[in-house]
Amino acid sequence: MRAFTYERATSAEDALAKAARTPNARFIAGGTNLLDLMKLEIETPGHLVDLNGLGLKAIEPTQDGGLRIGALVSNTQLAADDRVRRDYGVLSRALLAGASGQLRNKASTAGNLLQRTRCPYFYDTNQACNKRQPGSGCAAMGGYSKQLGVVGTSDACIATHPSDMAVAMRALDASVETMRPDGARRVIPIADLHRLPGTTPHIETELVRGELITAVTLPAPVGGTHIYQKVRDRASYAFALVSVAAIVQRDGSGRVAVGGVAPKPWRMDSADAQLPRGAKAVADALFAGARPTKENAFKLPLAERTIASVLAQARSRA
Amino acid sequence: MDISSNLPITRRGLLAAGAASASATIVAHPATAQTPARPAAPAGTPVLSTVTMQVNGKAQRMDLDTRTTLLDALREHLHLTGTKKGCDHGQCGACTVIVDGQRINSCLTLAVMHEGGSVTTVEGLGTPDKLHPMQAAFVKHDGFQCGYCTPGQICSAVGVLREIEQGVPSHVSADLTAKPMFSADELRERMSGNICRCGAYSNIVDAVTEVAKGAA
Repeated sequence: MRAFTYERATSAEDALAKAARTPNARFIAGGTNLLDLMKLEIETPGHLVDLNGLGLKAIEPTQDGGLRIGALVSNTQLAADDRVRRDYGVLSRALLAGASGQLRNKASTAGNLLQRTRCPYFYDTNQACNKRQPGSGCAAMGGYSKQLGVVGTSDACIATHPSDMAVAMRALDASVETMRPDGARRVIPIADLHRLPGTTPHIETELVRGELITAVTLPAPVGGTHIYQKVRDRASYAFALVSVAAIVQRDGSGRVAVGGVAPKPWRMDSADAQLPRGAKAVADALFAGARPTKENAFKLPLAERTIASVLAQARSRA
Repeated sequence: MDISSNLPITRRGLLAAGAASASATIVAHPATAQTPARPAAPAGTPVLSTVTMQVNGKAQRMDLDTRTTLLDALREHLHLTGTKKGCDHGQCGACTVIVDGQRINSCLTLAVMHEGGSVTTVEGLGTPDKLHPMQAAFVKHDGFQCGYCTPGQICSAVGVLREIEQGVPSHVSADLTAKPMFSADELRERMSGNICRCGAYSNIVDAVTEVAKGAA
């Protein structure tokens, strides 16, 4: 790990100022992904601004009947919240399907959104990776790509976003509240937070340098049956091959977002519209233009079958 | 012939002595006064910071390189070698300790982030003369083979029972809105962040189940 200076921030404004006055500064909250990457020198911040003194640990009702989740709410706290379990079950289920108990106790809501890909070629500093070192190439293409993306990828990068939580938040139409270094606040729909790689896979989100996520808001509950189904190589504590977050209403309409297949949580209005027609129609809409590798082409039929399983469960519970 | 019995030093004692000498070198570093860290150090210069925390009920003050994980602070500076370093990347759970009431991976958190915090390691749960019920149950049920993952398993299991008590649901909880109840399936899911390469899982389940039933 490279040496770094460290200081604790006492408020969001203080954190923004501290990060802005030091080049190569990073915010740290739970640290479960950032420290892992710092040990491998994939992340090499010269300065860390610790956010844990900021508060931002409350889950509060919003005026329009939704919930505002503080950026520092832990994954465990969010998954266990009574309101989330009752009204946003897909989110609780997605959180509990991710990581381990120890990691969920430490990992924050905002950090979960900003965690980086687990592509093995991103992690191996001896390999070419356009995300880690722009312009160096992509060793994943033609390499061991079973876990990697099938849609939304580019000739520069086929990495996936690893979060389960973000897939459920995409299905729930969550919004991300931020503060920029100049103190200006903005709200980013989660659909727009993560960028597709194109020719710049090292630019992963819409956030500008030094911008801080302060909260994630959920709109008022939409009812329906909430299901998160994750398919992985072992029964627990593994990243998704394919995951499906779905909210299905009694009339068969609803929303579906898919994880493990793309550089961001993958949802299409055109696919939502196909839900009453069944899994094949939904999958066809979601994966139009998909470019799987030989090793991960199985994800396309797997995603369709997982959607079929989710829709069958929704029918039996309705 | 058993030569080890003739030696006046144990493996544990040898390791502790080695750790003490390494720690002395670090404490002698000239930059100890440089706290709190100011964002001005030239790239690559180690930065020291003073951290105070409660470890197993005792106040501890350490001068640490900011890079020091909580795991390394416990093992290399406080010589609490019960907590183990397995993968050092949060994948195996051998480093699990209880911080401010919650089990976490001590390898994936910086010691400086725990100023004023409270840490319990396997040494703080019980002593050889007065074992914690979880430690006693692991011994009784032979919940280990080589023992390397055991301190993490025990700290994690203590955390699991507390989380069930607090009503935290899990991936295998059938009803998300109901209060979770202890079961072997719940335990296996909740302990999935603790890997045992010897495969002592079934005895670990027996040990934790006995403690859970005793506490109920």
